[in-house]
Amino acid sequence: MYKILEKEDYSDDTYMQVIEAPAVAQSCQAGQFVILRLHEEGERIPLTIADFDREKGTITIVVQAVGKTTRELQTYGKGDSIANFIGPLGEPSEIEKVGTVICAGGGVGVAPIFPIARELKNAGNKVISIVAARTESLLLWEDKMREVSDEVIVTTDDGTCGRQCLVTDPLKEMCEAGGIDLVYAIGPAIMMKFCCKTTEPFGVKTIVSLNSIMVDGTGMCGACRVSVGGETKFVCVDGPEFDGHEVDFDLLMSRQRQYLEQEKIAYDYYLECRGDKACLT
Amino acid sequence: MSDVEKNEEKTEGGLTRKERMKIPRTPIPEQDAKERAKNFDEVALGYSADQAQMEAQRCLQCKNPKCIAGCPVGIDIPAFIKAIEEGDPAAAIAKLKETTSFPAVCGRVCPQEEQCELVCIVGKKNDPVAIGRLERYAADWEAEQGTSSKPEIAASKGKKVGVVGSGPAGVTCAGELAKMGYEVVIYEALHKPGGVLTYGIPEFRLPKAIVFRECEYVESLGVEIKTDYVIGKTMTVNDMLANGHDAVFIANGAGLPVFMNIPGENLNGVFSANEFLTRANLMKSYRFPEFDTPIKVGKKVAVVGGGNVAMDAARTALRLGADVHLIYRRSREEMPARAEEIHHAEEEGIQFHLLTNPTQIIGDNEGWVEEIECIQMELGEPDDSGRRRPVAVAGSEYRIPIDVVIMSIGTGSNPILTQATPELELNKWGNIVADEETGATSMEGVFAGGDIVTGAATVILAMGAGKIGARSIDRYLQGLPLKPEPEAAEAEVEETTA
Ligand SMILES: Cc1cc2nc3c(=O)[nH]c(=O)nc-3n(C[C@H](O)[C@H](O)[C@H](O)COP(=O)(O)OP(=O)(O)OC[C@H]3O[C@@H](n4cnc5c(N)ncnc54)[C@H](O)[C@@H]3O)c2cc1C
Ligand SMILES: Cc1cc2nc3c(=O)[nH]c(=O)nc-3n(C[C@H](O)[C@H](O)[C@H](O)COP(=O)(O)OP(=O)(O)OC[C@H]3O[C@@H](n4cnc5c(N)ncnc54)[C@H](O)[C@@H]3O)c2cc1C
Ligand code: FES
Repeated sequence: MYKILEKEDYSDDTYMQVIEAPAVAQSCQAGQFVILRLHEEGERIPLTIADFDREKGTITIVVQAVGKTTRELQTYGKGDSIANFIGPLGEPSEIEKVGTVICAGGGVGVAPIFPIARELKNAGNKVISIVAARTESLLLWEDKMREVSDEVIVTTDDGTCGRQCLVTDPLKEMCEAGGIDLVYAIGPAIMMKFCCKTTEPFGVKTIVSLNSIMVDGTGMCGACRVSVGGETKFVCVDGPEFDGHEVDFDLLMSRQRQYLEQEKIAYDYYLECRGDKACLT
Repeated sequence: MSDVEKNEEKTEGGLTRKERMKIPRTPIPEQDAKERAKNFDEVALGYSADQAQMEAQRCLQCKNPKCIAGCPVGIDIPAFIKAIEEGDPAAAIAKLKETTSFPAVCGRVCPQEEQCELVCIVGKKNDPVAIGRLERYAADWEAEQGTSSKPEIAASKGKKVGVVGSGPAGVTCAGELAKMGYEVVIYEALHKPGGVLTYGIPEFRLPKAIVFRECEYVESLGVEIKTDYVIGKTMTVNDMLANGHDAVFIANGAGLPVFMNIPGENLNGVFSANEFLTRANLMKSYRFPEFDTPIKVGKKVAVVGGGNVAMDAARTALRLGADVHLIYRRSREEMPARAEEIHHAEEEGIQFHLLTNPTQIIGDNEGWVEEIECIQMELGEPDDSGRRRPVAVAGSEYRIPIDVVIMSIGTGSNPILTQATPELELNKWGNIVADEETGATSMEGVFAGGDIVTGAATVILAMGAGKIGARSIDRYLQGLPLKPEPEAAEAEVEETTA
């Protein structure tokens, strides 16, 4: 069992948890993820490592509640325990000194980009971060991003905070201005797709972190397969980071919809049953 | 002695050979095919005490039994069967456990028809003795008693061994080492122990309660099983050696799914058998939504392959309500699955498309599978495996409408551990190179066995490799040569018997 040491709600749909997992904290690096399972009936879901503390032996996750498991996890508070917490999985980010790097995070994608930005900064890069969200209440970790960035641009779709625009607007402007050596884009698949479309004409290498559906996360099932440069890759072992200009995002998004029907059933069943323990008997 | 005289002579149990030969093979009670096609309960129900005794009487107690040599781990088969005939299942199980750690598992999943039962002397004229079913009977009898006999555990040797993977190879090795007095920790990547026995082989063929019971038995010997531990990620083999493990046994299996590389394989609705079975077995999605993990079944499913894995995937899909079509490129005779599984699959209504191979999968506008295109095959010259090579018949393509495709054409070795351990020598397929007699690898103090060394094989071979690994690790940690010199071996025997 893995204990939740801290929990903070960022909005109705987003939250942060600090989980005690010393073995994972000992060996994890920026860009890697974990798989967790809440309880005996639970599903295994992947979440990116948003931060870690080797000394305290903890891992921080930031989650957007989108369905059954992420909603249920939201009800877990400080002192509760999670049945399984496996990691670190996937390959770490390849951090090098390249010059000027843009780190574009969309929604909860800002959290996983944080340790990468920190490493990039430590490696001597100039880091410009774009912290983007649909609306102000969904913005997160702006402060933390400021600590590790030379410059931070905030954007919201509705203009409730920062610039009213899509994440791709400042990205495009900076590419046009030139001097950008690398872009990291993490967020919903559609956001990553358009970030890649934006940078491609400028030939600026763009790394994305893919969020395909997973089961084991250890290369054993192939559920997470995607097409990169025309080749089939397993996100959990070959990724999660790939050269975004090579990724077939339409296939990724189509594959993400594979269980929509069942996901709705699971969520409804949860609301009906798990919310009310009496239903279980 | 002439054959006739030999047949009239009374054997030990009071019956003549002739009388024994006359008893027909005792059928095992099974759930009705129509009924079981709708549930996940075990198909074969097991012998009653009377049935087991009757079947045991068929064994001739041969002076020069062939069955022992037919068993990859050399179980003293006539001896355990004799105990059953004598109505002493306790003695039977004790005999079995001298050699195999998990008789309840082997009795259910070993390909007996290619091993012990293939060479059984009764089988020359009649059906062979049902050795597997008798093994299962003895093991189930013990489980029913609820008290499993515990072997003696040697005094602590003060040394610690790490085992990677909790499949049959790892668990066997760990159990053996614990008995010898070593401190043993198994590191398992998944959240449940058992390896393929847990995530691959379905409940209706091998109830998980049996697998977990065997794992608990090994824990009762003092072995610690740490799940959620991916060696190569959470910790590397070198970390293990640096952090208090005096030796390591690697048994991480052959869990990498192989695809055919045909067009359309990444469409929605195409799964590896590993994914389909892991969802169903490990994640229990056949009980969705009570269990959270979903599974996509569809109305009409194509399973590609002809091994045990294909049969398991097909029969699982059938139980989830699909009309199942099995596509295999060779003929029935070449199917690598256990005879019993092929028979059960057919009985349950799986439709076989033999000498047929998929060429592409066609999707609809939404990215879902719609059809599978296949080509007819014919058998040509024998290939390296001695089986006749299937050759495509030009122009014979045709399409079958389908909504789910399950690829079950084999598995490769998972690179997570080996990539993180460049010191380990691998062969061209990515399997760890290990000495056949000792399990020794290219790394000092590191041994390996099971599917990661041999490629996908069998449960019993994995167990055998686990035993060999344990023996070698024991010798290694005592500073003895791994392979006893012939004279040295004799001297050692003398020493221990003196
Ligand atoms: C490598 C990786 C890192 C991720 N990191 C984060 C993160 O840091 N924070 C965060 O909020 N989310 C993250 N996700 C997404 C997160 O895993 C899904 O939102 C979660 O699994 C949804 O489960 P659910 O039961 O709540 O919702 P569901 O209703 O089951 O699913 C909602 C949507 O989530 C996706 N999804 C469903 N099941 C899985 C699964 N087993 N694996 C992956 N995706 C699935 C599907 O696209 C689905 O349509 C990550 C995904 C991957 C692959
Ligand atoms: C569906 C199916 C049906 C089968 N049916 C039969 C049958 O009827 N009869 C028969 O004899 N054989 C059968 N087999 C084959 C048999 O199951 C295998 O040969 C046997 O399980 C191999 O044992 P193993 O211990 O080498 O590996 P596995 O059983 O594969 O166990 C390996 C374990 O190691 C874990 N692992 C992997 N990587 C790591 C890592 N990096 N760190 C930690 N742990 C790790 C895995 O999660 C797994 O639990 C079947 C196989 C399958 C897939
Ligand atoms: S999640 Fe199973 S192989 Fe990647």
